Amino acid sequence: MSITAKQTANRFSLVPRGLDIWVWLALAIAIFAFIPVFTVFKLSWSNNAEIWQHLLSTVFWVYVKNTLALCIGVALFTTLIGTGAAWLVTRFNFPLKSLLVWALLLPLAVPSYILAFVITDQLEYAGFVQKSLRAIFGWQTARDYWFPEIRSIQGAIAVLSLVLYPYVYLLARAAFVEQAAQLFEMSRCLGKSQTQSFFKVALPLARPAIVVGVTLALMETINEYGTVEFFAVPTLTAGIFDVWLNMSSLSAAAQIALMLVSFSILLLGLERYSRHAGKFYKLTGQSPAMFAEPLTGVKAYVACLLCLLPICLGFLLPVGVLSHYAFRSLDAGLEQYLASAWNSFSLAVMAALLTCALGLLLAYGVRLSKSSQMRSIAEAATLGYALPGAVLAVGILYPLGLFDNWVDQLMQAWFAYPTGLLLTGTGGALVLAYSLRFIALSYRTLDASLSKITPEMDDASRILGSRSGKTLWRIHLPLIRPSLLTAILLVFVDTMKELPITLILRPFNFNTLSTQVWELASLEQLEQSSLAALTILLAGIIPVIIMSRNISSSQSRT
Amino acid sequence: MKKFGFFSTLPLLASLLVAGPSYAGEEVNLYSYRQQSLLQPLTDAFTAETGIKVNVVHAEKGLAEKIKAAGANNPADLVLTVDIGRLEEVRAAGLLAPVNSPVLNEVVPSHLRHPDNLWFALTTRARVIYADKDRVKEGELKSLNDLADPKWKGRICTRSGKHVYNIGLIASVIAEDGEAVAETWLRGVKANLARKPQGNDRAQAKAIFEGQCDIAIANRYYMGKMFYNTKSPEQQQWAEQIRVVYLDQQVGGRGQHINISGAGLLNTAKNKDNAIKLLEFLVGETAQGLYATANFEEPVREGIETDEFIESLGSFKADRISLQEVAEQRAAAARLVDRVGFDL
Repeated sequence: MSITAKQTANRFSLVPRGLDIWVWLALAIAIFAFIPVFTVFKLSWSNNAEIWQHLLSTVFWVYVKNTLALCIGVALFTTLIGTGAAWLVTRFNFPLKSLLVWALLLPLAVPSYILAFVITDQLEYAGFVQKSLRAIFGWQTARDYWFPEIRSIQGAIAVLSLVLYPYVYLLARAAFVEQAAQLFEMSRCLGKSQTQSFFKVALPLARPAIVVGVTLALMETINEYGTVEFFAVPTLTAGIFDVWLNMSSLSAAAQIALMLVSFSILLLGLERYSRHAGKFYKLTGQSPAMFAEPLTGVKAYVACLLCLLPICLGFLLPVGVLSHYAFRSLDAGLEQYLASAWNSFSLAVMAALLTCALGLLLAYGVRLSKSSQMRSIAEAATLGYALPGAVLAVGILYPLGLFDNWVDQLMQAWFAYPTGLLLTGTGGALVLAYSLRFIALSYRTLDASLSKITPEMDDASRILGSRSGKTLWRIHLPLIRPSLLTAILLVFVDTMKELPITLILRPFNFNTLSTQVWELASLEQLEQSSLAALTILLAGIIPVIIMSRNISSSQSRT
Repeated sequence: MKKFGFFSTLPLLASLLVAGPSYAGEEVNLYSYRQQSLLQPLTDAFTAETGIKVNVVHAEKGLAEKIKAAGANNPADLVLTVDIGRLEEVRAAGLLAPVNSPVLNEVVPSHLRHPDNLWFALTTRARVIYADKDRVKEGELKSLNDLADPKWKGRICTRSGKHVYNIGLIASVIAEDGEAVAETWLRGVKANLARKPQGNDRAQAKAIFEGQCDIAIANRYYMGKMFYNTKSPEQQQWAEQIRVVYLDQQVGGRGQHINISGAGLLNTAKNKDNAIKLLEFLVGETAQGLYATANFEEPVREGIETDEFIESLGSFKADRISLQEVAEQRAAAARLVDRVGFDL
């Protein structure tokens, strides 16, 4: 031990400035959010050598290969579509732009399994496209084809990229909007070309946000099950459910799930590295708007078409197909729809507010602590996002059951009043579970935004006598408003779509829109669930419009 | 939005917090692997007859964990499944209690319930062959073994080998013939696949209609669902193109493979009597008739009138192997699917 006590204390001190209540609060939230991950870790704690031997000698590497291929594909396409679209609508003026700005978010509201269904329906062997192709080229069977089946990894990449690129788009756009436009315009004044300025100035400034967006998209991809199952692509997640349900080994399933989590840790490490590669801060509080350059002629139409393409495939196509189905089956009970819609909406509102409050406190505590250990703890706390929903749900069930039974015993011992299961099987448990799952979304979004505010701001505010709380409320919140709205929006829409946790934790006789869609889909009647599916999409649109107006209100002279 | 939104949700949260099941009044709580909408007519009829309210949670996975995590306070009384595998999962976890009911013992044949009466089949579901009426001749396919015959190369469709219905089928082959024989057979079937296993059972019917394959492995009741599906007339076309083939019907043959939908009483049940009432109701004439005519499954009760169209598909001799033995081979079946690379 050559390190002095003082150095050790400095190295491991979470709170350099005395006991700051904000840091402790963040620590408490982190511990709370880590409980399900810890539970899964505990569940995995047994010897499954036999199952591993079997997996390694048979399908394991296929699972790994598919998972990696899926991730690489999704990372590539979400980056391209998300960043490209964000830059186009921030930097240029072209026809339909004011509409496209928020319409680009719409595919976010589409549950991936619904898009998967619609696209396959149109593209598979029996679908319209292939029928036409067979007619044109005189092919007899699928064996005469030279292109891949739609139910393949390429199909899965396409679908997931279409529903996940809005993460990147949202964050990249917030970054382009929030960051000092002067830098870009300065660069242009200094004679750099449009392209040079983009790659040398705008992109590096937005990189932390873009990487956060891609990381989120990849965490979703890793734990995606419905879509990959639909496309018959066995990934590690498929392996988790196979081992859990067919081989009856929850602990081996938990082990595979933790492998996925470690993969996410790798991702997060990359993200952190990319942030360290360059620290940029906002120069001022209020960003002057970026000057949007009008495009003319062919360029304008190309820009417009480029932005329209992902919207058409990711949103208009499913809406069109579902509407077509909905007209065929309008006799389903309207009352049930309204009840489900209300459940979905109210849960999503509560989850969004709670999750963003927790995420904000966590991000702010990390900022105040100025300690990399604290940052690591917060990142660990958000790993639940990388677990497949159903696994996370199990990780929530056990501690919830323990807590409920403990309260029950206490109440019985003290007041002879058994409470039964206080939280398990209630809406409260669902909101709690959503916030545990989606805290990654809110924390990462807000952290990326806070990190762009120069620490001098905090110092100035303190010198002028504001305490941490006041500084957060008066200084930081107004500065990160677009990102806060973004986070609320992300969690809201994701909660609307959420399925596995809802199914496992829901109360008796309780439906949301997504459980209703799933129920009919699992009856092999997705056509008849089109009304519920459409409602998810439409309910997703409203906040998208409200938020994006809010986000862009601090934005450009269009 | 911020201030207003938050405070307006408080009463909401309160209203959701009390959404749990109550223990007052006559009721029974179900954890169901079967879709709520399929249960609805049955539970409604039960409530109408007895006045007992039925509360349902429907999920496909995690129900066993939900029961375990809640411990003695678990609110559910009864578990309903649509496959023997899930029943066995709950049984193996030690969550079921034996039921001694003269009604159940009389109606449900012994090979369709657990030896200690821990679970009971409510219906059976034959996993048959859908064959194209034009491209497959009558009598061309007789047995499960024939599916491995190279003659069918590039002509067979099925859903994932990991789906519970196929796991049940493969497990039954393992239970009857042992793993080595089952492996050779499954490799043969894999070699004959027209495409990577994908989609659900109806998707296989569609593929036959489109000429992508000539035969498919699928559950019989989907034929009824497609035949009567006026909302999607294309499905009626698919059904019309298909002849149902029952396997291993020869004298001394093993008989057609069946799976079951079934139920078991949880050993923490608070409403035990009501749960047993519901079980008895589900094997009663009303409920069995509903199963047979609304979902087109085969009733476990003798003498139930079946649907006219299902009647027209002919009758079959069912495999009488103990389903308990089949269920015990689930993990082996899943591993076999991996070894053969059936889904890859």
